[in-house]
Amino acid sequence: MITVFERPAALTSAKTHYCPGCTHGIIHRLVAEVIDELGIREETIGVSPVGCSVLAYNYFNIDMQEAAHGRAPAVATGIKRVFPRKVVFTYQGDGDLASIGIGEIVHAAARGEKFTTIFVNNAIYGMTGGQMAPTTILGQESMTSPDGRNPATQGYPIRVAEMLATLEGAVYIARVSVHNPQEVARAKKAIKTAFELQIAGKGFSLVEVLSSCPTNWGYTPTESLKWIADKMIPVYPLGVKKPLEEEKS
Amino acid sequence: MLNVEFDEERCKGCEICTSVCPKNIVVMADRLNAMGYHPATVIEQEKCISCSFCARMCPDVVITVRKEERK
Repeated sequence: MITVFERPAALTSAKTHYCPGCTHGIIHRLVAEVIDELGIREETIGVSPVGCSVLAYNYFNIDMQEAAHGRAPAVATGIKRVFPRKVVFTYQGDGDLASIGIGEIVHAAARGEKFTTIFVNNAIYGMTGGQMAPTTILGQESMTSPDGRNPATQGYPIRVAEMLATLEGAVYIARVSVHNPQEVARAKKAIKTAFELQIAGKGFSLVEVLSSCPTNWGYTPTESLKWIADKMIPVYPLGVKKPLEEEKS
Repeated sequence: MLNVEFDEERCKGCEICTSVCPKNIVVMADRLNAMGYHPATVIEQEKCISCSFCARMCPDVVITVRKEERK
């Protein structure tokens, strides 16, 4: 018998605090699998955010640093500049990255800081109880948009990947999803590409991962995955945003 | 050894694995684990094709998948 799937070494054996069916667990595992495959577990430093994934440092079996809310890119900038040979990544949610930390991520990308960001977009504030996030889609109900997000009073969702793809300092920007096994495989490939580009010293890379929040969306875990496919992907189209196919050649 | 092994004490009973199995052999057990969830399990091990879809979709790394070595 050969083992075809088991826990990656870059994940600790700690049980996560995430709600049942939360895809944070899948995304943690993908990052850990990439770290294992690249053989960089002793060379990687992660920066965890504020939000549901605030305790990520308990789950990754690597060196981790906690950052103030939204400031993970600034902390990662410091770490990467002091240890340019280390592989540095931030793991941030949409409340952390797209709201309070939007300035940090835009300027880290504009400066072309050579670290990688894993941006988990679940279109809602998870940890604080399901309030509207900058990424909440139009019509989506949340604690603070009980009648659905209305653009007249609450504005429009921010497409972070497309926005950052306009910046010259960013070398790789992709949006992936984890709502089925095929997309999970694509997500892992994108994360691996981002890490490889960082190791090659190319510049800033970001992978936006569409994630579910069964608890605050009010659906079952399997319904939530369907909601990603049916409602989120039309608003947040998947794919590599930079470099575009024509630029590569 | 089993083709697909569930560490039932880690399972949170989200049922995502049951929805992606192409052979529909992942089911939720009637018993409870120590966290109070009904864990996912596979009874018909011989039907497992070791595709790892369940393991890839599991948010809690509950599942280990093995297959026969090709001679």
